[in-house]
Amino acid sequence: MARFAVRRALSALALLFATSVVVFGAFEVIPSYNPAQAIAGRNATPTTVAEVSRKFGFDKPVYTQYVNTMKLVFTGKVIDYQDDLNVVDQFRKRFPVTLSLVLPAGILWFGMAVVLGSVSAMRAGRLTDRVVMVAAIVGVSIPVVLLAALLLYFFAYKLTWFPNTGYHGLSNPVQWAYHLILPWIALAVLNIGFYSRVLRSGLLDMANQDFVRTARAKGLSRGQVFRRHMLRNSLMPIITMFGLDFATAIGGAALITEAVFNLPGIGQYEASSIGNLDVPPILVGAILTAFFVVLFGALIDILYGLLDPRIRLTG
Amino acid sequence: MAERLLEVAELEVSFATEDGLVRAVDGVSFALHRGEVVAIVGESGSGKSVTVMTLMGLTRGVNSRFGGSARLGDRELVTASEAELERVRGAEIAMIFQDPISSLSPVMRIGDQIVEQIRAHEKVSKGAAMDRAVELMERVGIPRARDRARNYPHEFSGGMRQRVMIALALSLSPSVLIADEPTTALDVTIQAQILQEVKQLSQESSSGVIFVTHDLGVVADIADRVIVMYAGQVVEQGTLEEIFYDPQHPYTWGLLGSVTRMDRPPPRRLPAIPGLPPSLTDPPEGCHFAPRCPLRFDRCHELPPLQARVPGVAGHLDRCWLQAGDKRDRREVEGQIGLATEAVA
Repeated sequence: MARFAVRRALSALALLFATSVVVFGAFEVIPSYNPAQAIAGRNATPTTVAEVSRKFGFDKPVYTQYVNTMKLVFTGKVIDYQDDLNVVDQFRKRFPVTLSLVLPAGILWFGMAVVLGSVSAMRAGRLTDRVVMVAAIVGVSIPVVLLAALLLYFFAYKLTWFPNTGYHGLSNPVQWAYHLILPWIALAVLNIGFYSRVLRSGLLDMANQDFVRTARAKGLSRGQVFRRHMLRNSLMPIITMFGLDFATAIGGAALITEAVFNLPGIGQYEASSIGNLDVPPILVGAILTAFFVVLFGALIDILYGLLDPRIRLTG
Repeated sequence: MAERLLEVAELEVSFATEDGLVRAVDGVSFALHRGEVVAIVGESGSGKSVTVMTLMGLTRGVNSRFGGSARLGDRELVTASEAELERVRGAEIAMIFQDPISSLSPVMRIGDQIVEQIRAHEKVSKGAAMDRAVELMERVGIPRARDRARNYPHEFSGGMRQRVMIALALSLSPSVLIADEPTTALDVTIQAQILQEVKQLSQESSSGVIFVTHDLGVVADIADRVIVMYAGQVVEQGTLEEIFYDPQHPYTWGLLGSVTRMDRPPPRRLPAIPGLPPSLTDPPEGCHFAPRCPLRFDRCHELPPLQARVPGVAGHLDRCWLQAGDKRDRREVEGQIGLATEAVA
């Protein structure tokens, strides 16, 4: 276990380093990339631009710039170019918003997928199965932007069951949840569709396994066979998917939902930074996402070991 | 005669597929008595596994169709409700499957898998059930059973896993034990031990055993009576001696002839029955074996009844139009029982 942790930590460091280099380097090759100009403003004189360039170190070689920027990132002093705001503070402030959106949505999509996938597999070929699977296809196919807009139109504007947009802090949990229900649904639907289909096909494969037949031959009820023997073995693929989807979502991939519902999370911040070619927030966002992917990858591997005794953690 | 445990009459099982109705089991009848080992032999796809799985209701599904009857005591299994079958499975009829590697759940401890079965049928505490599980494992010859009960299947060898399957099957002293090719996946030395185990344990508990196999050597070791199946039908049944020394159906001759024997000089070529079994979606009219039978004649296009060869020898039945005397003359090939590859008629 210690060996596993050490090896994972080392590979995580390597990955984070590589991510930061790639992201930083990518901007050097963008033709219109001129951070000094962006900071100095549209009407700045060439002298001002040159002054900014010197002050921020943009005249130095790329590797020096990289080292300086990374120093600032890890001392928490890095500022963005668009608003002169401290990037780490921004992420710290926005992260609870993103987590408020993604964590309950994740529980929702995983839970619903297990329920719908199970129901569908148990009733395979019958009406319930077909209805669920068609709904799943619709859920997978519908763009998040459109779904979010439709939810807003019907439930917030027409029926006025839910507030229009915006975020309320957790200090008032009822308002917090009330404002987030539609975003949770918007974010969860796509994954419910995907996951329930994957789970269903896994369960149907499982139904033909010899040990499932043995379980039935032992005289267990359908429910017991399903819970103890089929479901547990079919959860692996969607747990893997969940780890990665969840990691990228809290790293900022929920940006569309954040944008439509006007939630000031890190996805929105990253999106506007990309639009402005604002390197520091993008760099921090990329490092954060990579960190979460590695973290959840390791957690999944540990979970695998618990679910399947044949798997031993060696890193 | 010993108590009759199981009576199967005109059992039919078919599966609806895209290519049509597959008649996997087509009018199978036999009986099983207490303390008796009945072997069902036949090649792959002859319907032997489907027959025994149907007895446990394991072939039920959206596309399955059933006919005939299978009675366990006074309980009808073919039409029994799922809840009723759940009480029968594991407790009154238990099954040992072919592949012990894949037949145990890979993620559950061995002891727990036995406990699960005991507790599905009896209201006992987990601890008490575990004590019984350990006892069963000792009975089937698993050393250090108390410790081994905490292991997972992948920590067991193939032979040990099959012993676990036997312990599982015997855990509630079922009256009927079905063994579906239990030794096929094992090497020969382990095979002999497992066979011995099955035979001895079933005698101790005086249950009836149905032994499904395509291995005639195994049949000779273990069976009291033999049922020969071909293309979903029983073509011959009788006692072990009747089937091995006085076989009546040309298919049985072919089966016996295709076994290499250590007490005879090796044949130049391993004898085989020419041709392939018929499609079960569209079986031939009349005798199912006729297209491959070198002795067929015009009457074979009518289905021969399963009937006693000699009136009075009630147990020995076969399904062939040939006269008894004819058969005796024609089943000798090079001094032993076999099926001539060229048509003699």
